[in-house]
Amino acid sequence: QHGRLKIKSTAQQEEEKRKEREKKLKAFVSARDAVLKKRSAGEHDEEALQLTQQLLSSNPDFATLWNYRREVLLHLETLREKDEVQKLYESELHFIEACLKVNPKSYGCWHHRSWVNTRLPQPDWTRELGLCDRCLSLDERNFHCWDYRRVVVKESGVSAEQELQFTDRLIGSNFSNYSSWHYRSTLLPQLHPQPVPDSAPNTSPSPTTSPQFHSHRVCEEQLLKEYELAHNAFFTDPNDQSAWFYYRWLLGRAEREEMISCVYVSREGQRVSVAFSKPVHAQSEGLMLVLDGQPQQVEWRSAHPRFRHSPVWLCDLPPGSISDISNEHNLTIHWTEKHTHRDCALYTGERSAESWCRDSATDQELFRSELSVEKSSVLQAELQSCNQLLDLEPQNKWCLLTIILLMRALDPLGHEKETLAHFQTLKEVDPMRSSYYSDLCSKFLIENTILKMEYAEVRVFSLSNKNLTTLCHLDQLLFVTHINLSSNQLLRLPPQFAMLQCLEVLEADDNAIESLEGLYHLPKLEEVSLRNNQICKLSDLESLASCTKLTRLDLRGNPVHRTANIESELSQLLPLVTDLLL
Amino acid sequence: MLSFCVHFPGLTESVIAAACSRVGQNVLHLDRRNYYAGNWASFTFNGLLSWIEEYKVIILSFSLRYKFMGTYVKFIDETKAPLTSCQPVNAETVSEETTGDSTEAQDTVTGDDTTASDAKTQNEEHKVSEPKEEQHTSDISEPSQSQEEKDPQPISSPADPPVDVEKKITYQKLVKEGRRFNIDLVSKLMYSRGALVDLLIKSNVSRYAEFKNIGRILTCRNGKVKQVPCSRADVFASKQLTVVEKRMLMKFLTFCLDFEQHPEEYQDYTEEPFREFLKNKKLTENLQDFVLHSIAMVTQQTLTEEGLKATQHFLRCLGRYGNTPFLFPLYGLGEIPQCFCRMCAVFGGIYCLRHSVQCLVVDKASNKVKAVIDTRGQKISCSHFVVEDSYIRDEQRQSTISLVTIPPLESSAPAVRMVELCSSSMTCMPGTYLVHFTCSSSGTAQEDLAPVVSELFHVSTIPGEEPSEGAEERSKPAVLWVMYFNMRDTSALDSSSYSLPSNVHVCTGPDGSLGSDCSIKLAESVFHHILPDEEFCPPAPNPEDIIYDGDGPQAEGPGFDESANTEADKSQAEEEGATHEKSPSTESSDPAEMDSVTQQAPSDTTPSSEE
Repeated sequence: QHGRLKIKSTAQQEEEKRKEREKKLKAFVSARDAVLKKRSAGEHDEEALQLTQQLLSSNPDFATLWNYRREVLLHLETLREKDEVQKLYESELHFIEACLKVNPKSYGCWHHRSWVNTRLPQPDWTRELGLCDRCLSLDERNFHCWDYRRVVVKESGVSAEQELQFTDRLIGSNFSNYSSWHYRSTLLPQLHPQPVPDSAPNTSPSPTTSPQFHSHRVCEEQLLKEYELAHNAFFTDPNDQSAWFYYRWLLGRAEREEMISCVYVSREGQRVSVAFSKPVHAQSEGLMLVLDGQPQQVEWRSAHPRFRHSPVWLCDLPPGSISDISNEHNLTIHWTEKHTHRDCALYTGERSAESWCRDSATDQELFRSELSVEKSSVLQAELQSCNQLLDLEPQNKWCLLTIILLMRALDPLGHEKETLAHFQTLKEVDPMRSSYYSDLCSKFLIENTILKMEYAEVRVFSLSNKNLTTLCHLDQLLFVTHINLSSNQLLRLPPQFAMLQCLEVLEADDNAIESLEGLYHLPKLEEVSLRNNQICKLSDLESLASCTKLTRLDLRGNPVHRTANIESELSQLLPLVTDLLL
Repeated sequence: MLSFCVHFPGLTESVIAAACSRVGQNVLHLDRRNYYAGNWASFTFNGLLSWIEEYKVIILSFSLRYKFMGTYVKFIDETKAPLTSCQPVNAETVSEETTGDSTEAQDTVTGDDTTASDAKTQNEEHKVSEPKEEQHTSDISEPSQSQEEKDPQPISSPADPPVDVEKKITYQKLVKEGRRFNIDLVSKLMYSRGALVDLLIKSNVSRYAEFKNIGRILTCRNGKVKQVPCSRADVFASKQLTVVEKRMLMKFLTFCLDFEQHPEEYQDYTEEPFREFLKNKKLTENLQDFVLHSIAMVTQQTLTEEGLKATQHFLRCLGRYGNTPFLFPLYGLGEIPQCFCRMCAVFGGIYCLRHSVQCLVVDKASNKVKAVIDTRGQKISCSHFVVEDSYIRDEQRQSTISLVTIPPLESSAPAVRMVELCSSSMTCMPGTYLVHFTCSSSGTAQEDLAPVVSELFHVSTIPGEEPSEGAEERSKPAVLWVMYFNMRDTSALDSSSYSLPSNVHVCTGPDGSLGSDCSIKLAESVFHHILPDEEFCPPAPNPEDIIYDGDGPQAEGPGFDESANTEADKSQAEEEGATHEKSPSTESSDPAEMDSVTQQAPSDTTPSSEE
């Protein structure tokens, strides 16, 4: 019929498309070969630009072609006037834009664009900024564009304030955007820095653990606004983690000052232990020991050979240097790198078998550093907000976790019971991470126990029947003489255990301990009880041989007792153990 | 021999026509009017004035009404048919009873071009008189009368300071710039996952139009216009909600997304109003209003399950093309029926404007229409006849920028829906806004709407008066021109009640809802009834797949990208909705297809719009 539209059949269309594809492929391959040939011939002409342009506009991820293009451009640059160079590179920018439409996440394109801008005699940064904004409005999480944008912002001198508004906009349209939140966290300290405390100059020599001035912090007024923003986000969608991460950043994370936190001297062992606030590498840190005014050549070693960096370092004093109990000794550890030092005096008399010097238990500093920077009134208000959310969303893991952290920052001991209950809920609502929560809970319990121990001024650390799954903060237990870890879920005594230089008695019954790696060169260890654990092999016990004072060992209820000739093997391995229970 | 004759095409008829044409049926489109889309049409300002004039005639000459109507559809006895070339052979006259029925049908149908028949008596005079008054008043005219449902009126935005304070927009100016207006008779928006959008995409008809996102959804509470937080981003950014409200709202909306999965949550409320359910869910009053009026857009009486479904539909439409669930076609809703007309024409459909059917030739034995006789007496054979139920109109369509839902001021009054179109939606001149108010009527349009209008806008009581006194009045945008009218919503009528020949298919006019699902579903069901074995609106082919006479092998496209074709297809489909503000170059891309489609030309009829 006249005027009726005839349409190709599907098969016809397919066939046509196939042919077209074939043709394209052929053209592509031959153009590619031509380009590579030209390149190896060292030809840097207009034709090369045209050919690569043809290829790149259909496949912008062909890095070799971009490289060749740069070579050609650099060559042409030398032949042309400045105006022409500008034009050359401007057309290059247009071309890249077309390529970005083909693949907005092409590494090659973005990189080439940065490069072109460095060559452009008069780069137009406003235009580039506009390009970025367009790209980000299409895909706000295109990190290539974010990266490029950072360069553009830096070059064009966009004010931090404008940039903050930019993040406002992006977060407003979709707050599930780590890039925007993170960008905020870098802009805010520039725009609204925390005011410098007046007393700042005086505090530096103080060896105490006063909080450092944190240049990455934000003034309180702005901070309160940011809290509100984060509240809005996580009340709107509590399952979106990006806002929670930002919130954690807002709540602050203090870093402990680097310092010598403790020096311990044992007269009998003629040994010095030095604890640092952070793991260090003593050999390279310029650590110097001065005994009674005389620098001593000593060999520093970490508590366990596994550690190159360790918070605890040990050294033996020259034989006889302090063994006479009638002599008083003054010991100083100099940490030359950090321009700090710590003294320790060893007095005379019966009770002077050992001595130490350290800061009293300002353990708020030790353990609350995760969120410690904020004022407690602010933290208290934040805790209330989170509790409000928890009432509405009792199953929300982010909320639970944040509440736990806030509680710890405010009053770890006072909130211990609630914290444990929240951990229980967390494990139920997020079973995939239950081991993480167990470990975190163990950590907090250990911290609490250390605090309690400090307040009680005892050297006994008891944490039995608490479902511990891991051990940490062992560097804080330098002086502990008795440890009870029975009825937990520990799998091993980690190498850090070797830091417990004063340990005399260890009870760790009813765990699932397989490895005793940490029972290594503990000079005072006399008694170890490991009933009902998972020690299987004789070799697992080898490290005990380094503990020279060990006399009592209880291994009842361990698979190792099934080993043939276990008793004789053991007495051979541990000849000093007189009291062995299998 | 025609397969189909479509008469007075509105949206539904146009879709049916396009669908039939697409699968190879011969379609003839007849329209007595000189513009497309019937009650779905969009008019320039001048076109609207002529339209009003036209109805004024009808109204004034009330006694002529039947005669006038008679030109639409009349069943005649074949033997009596005075017209040429009837085939008397087997056809028999429709019986008297049938005729009686049909007359009744006609009554309703009569409203065609204008308003529902009831409305005529009162309103038309008003309609007529208003524009005249306003010719003198420059800025502001009174909202003179109203009928039930809606009134298109260009005003400045409630959110912005009145534009006309500095540059006065006079009535003359409106007339002069009349072509910049595209005033819809019905105010509807397109749900981005509604049947209409799906059909536009599926059939490739979307390529004939451009769309704009609705920018914001507002509500009016205690006289204040507020943004309705309906998407996640809105809720996050909302300053009026407390964080706890944010959580409650998000929780509720999340639940609504798959409420069927949690029957325990609502089964006790299935017999209760949705509002009660919302209360039970501990939503604050604020939130209840948002959900009820602005998201579900249901009434106080709507039952829970229906409310949940409406909420769900709204939510499912979010995010497809932006942060609100609605699209609006640039140049007005009237574009949509035209797009389908265009597809119909591309596949051979024939259009005749200002041409209508005088009678149907019915084969009595089979009770089928065999042919139609047009007003010039020409007989045209056809196998199906599709007609609108007589132009009972109520429309909705919406435009870009804002949708405002206004909860009833008194509990007995209906909720009012307001759509404010900005000039970038190509429906009004720069510096003005076109605002539609729509509600289901309880009285006349003026009774229902005037209180809301005066709540939000400054309407001067004396023509020409400046909004000078009273700071409050001043802060409100001024009304330039207003029109009230009622349109009948016939969507609930059952066409089987007409007792027509079985191959006459009656379509209802625009319904009162915000979307167009009802019309599209009707179109689909009529189509399947007519052609049970054919696919409904399969994708139209790409231009390159069309074989022209003497067409050789296709020219090579540039570039090497293998997937170029499919990519282009996709992006086209995407763009159709995602286009935010493209320049109005709709037609340029499809050269060969426009032959038989003429542009609507209402401006021809208005001599005053020469410029």
